[in-house]
Amino acid sequence: MRPIAKFYTALLFLFLFAPILIMLVFSFNGGNSLSVLDGFSLYWYKELFHDEDTLGALGNTLILALCAALLSTLMGTAAAVGINKLRSKYMKAAMNTVTNLPMVNPEIITGISLMLMFVFFGRLIGMRTSLNFGTMLIAHITFCLPYVILQVLPKLRQMDPALPEAAMDLGCTPLRAFAKVELPEIFPGILTGLIMSFTLSLDDFVISYFTSGNGFETLPIRIYSMTKKTVTPKMYALATLIFFVILLLLLLTNLSDRSDKDRDDPRPPKRRRKKTHAPS
Amino acid sequence: MNKTLSQEKRRVLRADHLSLAPYTVWAVLFILVPLVFVAYYAFTDDNFAFTLENIQRFFVSTSTVFQEDGSSQEVRTYLLIFWRSLKLAIISTLVCLVLAYPLAYIMARAKPRTQKIFLTIIMIPMWMNFLIRTYAWMTILQDTGIFNNFLTLLHLPNIHIIGTEAAVVIGMVYDYIPYMILPLYSIMAKMDERLIEAARDLGCSSFGVLRRVIWPLSLPGVISGITMVLIPSVSTFYISQKLGDGKIMLIGDVIEGQYVANNLHFAAAISFVLMVLLLVCMAVMRKLAGRRVEGGL
Repeated sequence: MRPIAKFYTALLFLFLFAPILIMLVFSFNGGNSLSVLDGFSLYWYKELFHDEDTLGALGNTLILALCAALLSTLMGTAAAVGINKLRSKYMKAAMNTVTNLPMVNPEIITGISLMLMFVFFGRLIGMRTSLNFGTMLIAHITFCLPYVILQVLPKLRQMDPALPEAAMDLGCTPLRAFAKVELPEIFPGILTGLIMSFTLSLDDFVISYFTSGNGFETLPIRIYSMTKKTVTPKMYALATLIFFVILLLLLLTNLSDRSDKDRDDPRPPKRRRKKTHAPS
Repeated sequence: MNKTLSQEKRRVLRADHLSLAPYTVWAVLFILVPLVFVAYYAFTDDNFAFTLENIQRFFVSTSTVFQEDGSSQEVRTYLLIFWRSLKLAIISTLVCLVLAYPLAYIMARAKPRTQKIFLTIIMIPMWMNFLIRTYAWMTILQDTGIFNNFLTLLHLPNIHIIGTEAAVVIGMVYDYIPYMILPLYSIMAKMDERLIEAARDLGCSSFGVLRRVIWPLSLPGVISGITMVLIPSVSTFYISQKLGDGKIMLIGDVIEGQYVANNLHFAAAISFVLMVLLLVCMAVMRKLAGRRVEGGL
């Protein structure tokens, strides 16, 4: 890399990490200011672990993310298998459009649209507040689904369609052929989809904001209400802890990636048909 | 034998359709029907009788704005806010593109190991809660914040940023620039380097290579980057609340405000207008870009 390229990259990374650096430093602030340092202390971390509401919200977030990730991965994988086998061009295009909709629509509109529907049906059956854990779970599954499908579908397309057919010719039932042949092939995609939907659900604020209610509070919504009042370094302590958890997760996935490659390496490279270049 | 095979095939086909069924039902119920509800609420009043009032209110509502010199002016409230959202979102998107393009190119040309490390570095902030990151920018840019303290230390005059459009743009660029870097990088990483070398060998200048080879090849990445930055920035409400200090109202703020005030029908009307305009914008952009891509190759 040329020095100017190095300098430019460093500058942009500084921009990306400036607020995170500030958070790390000020979470250890002895005073309660977010811009003036007043000695080192772990006071705000202690405060954080005594904050029942925040801990409760953390628990809610994890439960919701786990449910949303598992259900959307299950349904999304099944959907990807189905979409991959679709013959009709129009059906494929229709499925593609519908799947892309939540990704191109602004989050605020996805949130508002789901909220309107929930409120409408809630009123219809005579409930005063129709938003609860269930509505949030539905919303989260809905915005996670496209990401799962988009992770699994390419893996299905890469797979040789003759493989499951061969398994069935050799006496496997379709379900068994799927479990024994297709599933191992597409598993990396499913896993990525699962992790993606888990993190998307954990971090979602906008859609959750419009579809939550009835005292079910997730962490991002809790943070939102914290920033409505005067913010203490307690929030930064929370962010710092999240930061290190994410760092740990990233390092772990990177390591598992590397061991995957080590396992792959001894396999002889796939033989490819040599491309013959036509003389021009 | 033939018959059993075809039966087997039919069974497989049926199983495939069955696997698609839950998602199809889900997509209709929770993607399509809610969008119909946006339109339904937008065109009805509190008793669900048809009305155009909500849509009309968006286009014709006026309010008085007092200028700094004391004079006042009648303006179309919501159209002005909508125009401001679009303006700031477009500026942020362009800033993102200009900043991200060289970085993506540098990344794509780096060693594979470096590429991986850079990708991780860019993705870490994306995994952090954007509310906290945006709030941290507020404490940096405040009048008594870290940036101004730093300026004081250097004996430079302080600057007032929070509550200006510039602050909102900084927030948008910061929050969404990874969505520009990643698609640009992924398309540039796939680019055939021999094309660039060939252009150089044939006497193309550096700028010529950029304009005639790299830029046309990277267009699909540019388009998806623009889409992924423009849409969240045009509809944001948290960034403008915090960095705009409530003074820079954006269309997202209006929708959120109407939701909090329980004016669901008007909130739906604004969402409906926003959705339609964005869909039209995207379609036009894709069409134009499509022609450019075809023309370029």
